[in-house]
Amino acid sequence: MTVNEIQNDIIEEFGVLTDWMDRYSLLIELGNELNDFDETYRVEQNLIEGCQSKVWLHAWMENGKIHYVADSDAIIVKGIIALLIKVLNGRTPDEILSSDLYFIDRIGLKEHLSPTRSNGLVAMVKQMRLYALAFKSIKN
Amino acid sequence: MIFPINNIRNDFPILHRKVNGKPLVYFDNGATTQKPVAVIKAMEEAVFEYNSNIHRGVHTLSNVCTEAFEKAREKVARFIGAAHTHEVIFTRGTTESINLVTSSFGEMFLNANDEIILTEMEHHSNIVPWQLLQKRKGVRLNIVPIRDDGTLDMETFDAFLCENTKLVTIAHISNVLGTVNPVNEIVEKAHQRGIPVLIDGAQAIQHLSVNVTDLDCDFYAFSGHKMYAPTGIGILYGKEKWLNRMEPYHGGGEMIKHVSFKGTTFNELPYKFEAGTPNYTAAIGLGAAIDYIESVGLVNIREYENMLFDYAISRMSEIENVTFYGTSAHRTSLISFLLNGIHPFDTGTLLDKMGIAVRTGHHCAQPLMKRLNIQGTVRASFAMYNTCEEVDALINGLVKVRQLFG
Repeated sequence: MTVNEIQNDIIEEFGVLTDWMDRYSLLIELGNELNDFDETYRVEQNLIEGCQSKVWLHAWMENGKIHYVADSDAIIVKGIIALLIKVLNGRTPDEILSSDLYFIDRIGLKEHLSPTRSNGLVAMVKQMRLYALAFKSIKN
Repeated sequence: MIFPINNIRNDFPILHRKVNGKPLVYFDNGATTQKPVAVIKAMEEAVFEYNSNIHRGVHTLSNVCTEAFEKAREKVARFIGAAHTHEVIFTRGTTESINLVTSSFGEMFLNANDEIILTEMEHHSNIVPWQLLQKRKGVRLNIVPIRDDGTLDMETFDAFLCENTKLVTIAHISNVLGTVNPVNEIVEKAHQRGIPVLIDGAQAIQHLSVNVTDLDCDFYAFSGHKMYAPTGIGILYGKEKWLNRMEPYHGGGEMIKHVSFKGTTFNELPYKFEAGTPNYTAAIGLGAAIDYIESVGLVNIREYENMLFDYAISRMSEIENVTFYGTSAHRTSLISFLLNGIHPFDTGTLLDKMGIAVRTGHHCAQPLMKRLNIQGTVRASFAMYNTCEEVDALINGLVKVRQLFG
């Protein structure tokens, strides 16, 4: 599946939930399911500190594709992280760099990716792209 | 007396708007309060009817504007019981007021190894300026710890007081715990040793009747925007005996008597500390806010807010698995808490979806968060226009948050 096919799937999944409580309930569920974070990655250099919540992000390259693991202390943030990873994990640097993450807006979570929210998510997306850029230059 | 809550709410247009499709419940008053129509009207009149730069002017508008500005200063002086109007200095807010003392008082009276007493519950604005002074001049900071109930450990405070102590600086009310500190006792004890006291009144001025003469504090700092006035205006009250001896804070126009390249003489109080064109429009707004508070009556406000606070505490205790931060009998105006196992960001985000505005996070008090061993809290802080029905909405909201987390 392409980046956009996955995004469209997510939009559809959230689209059937008309009540905000159901959407956040799903987000909390996704956050709770994101439990694969290896404690050895919970280090200072992986920490993206927002004013309101913390995010840890680790990435590595395997067979030309980038893999991400991430965690947060806030569940809603973690739920959004789960979605971002679903969309961008296992992609080539070029796919990641050229991606337009429109699904966030379409499922009504745009506010969480606003710089004023200071929850670490904006910086996390930026960091995911920076990893792609770094791995791309290593490869070249 | 029956508190005229409906009339009061009608004076604050913003309270009638919806947020995320729900009626707004505004419980973030510790961060800033909403503004009544009377304050906006006063500012509108100032801008549209007599706007002109104050002082120095010979023309009519300048005189009218100067009079309105100085009238606002008189209102503040009367409101806080200052002995002299010129002891009231207009600043941008509490932060600038504290920085003014740090710079001007610090420069004049504090030297290497002098000790300053502050507390573990201070807002960053009453910590960082002193740390900067520590860097500049080598002063020492003695931090009074808190007890588990959020009150100050007064035994340690007593032990810190010594001949090297040159200043005590302390919050009147903690912005996180709601603790009302024993400022009378602190001033009395400090003064027995001739030590001046600065009080950060940012969270107190809108709730308590503050009389700086009775309190006998040397400095008292607060912001307009937390007492129904606009942003960008604040007050530093200082005793004449200190202000006269302190160097100016900023240099510029207005604060001078005579300028030459051989030497400059400074203007008298309070102008010595008000370099440049002040935010006179906001100062006039602050005057109108004081009129508004006095028209309702600070005693009535206090009584009503106490009732609201007690109601909120009793309703909050119905919710299971809540941890409260600050449990002293001497607290007021705000409740800091966590739903156990739920991050404050999550609680705040979900409450926002229900139209309820609370503050979450470290509240600019990271040393206190470290002491409490938490990342942050959820804080609901009250103002005179809040209601028991809004408290009920908060409780229902918290129950829903709990449900969402299963």
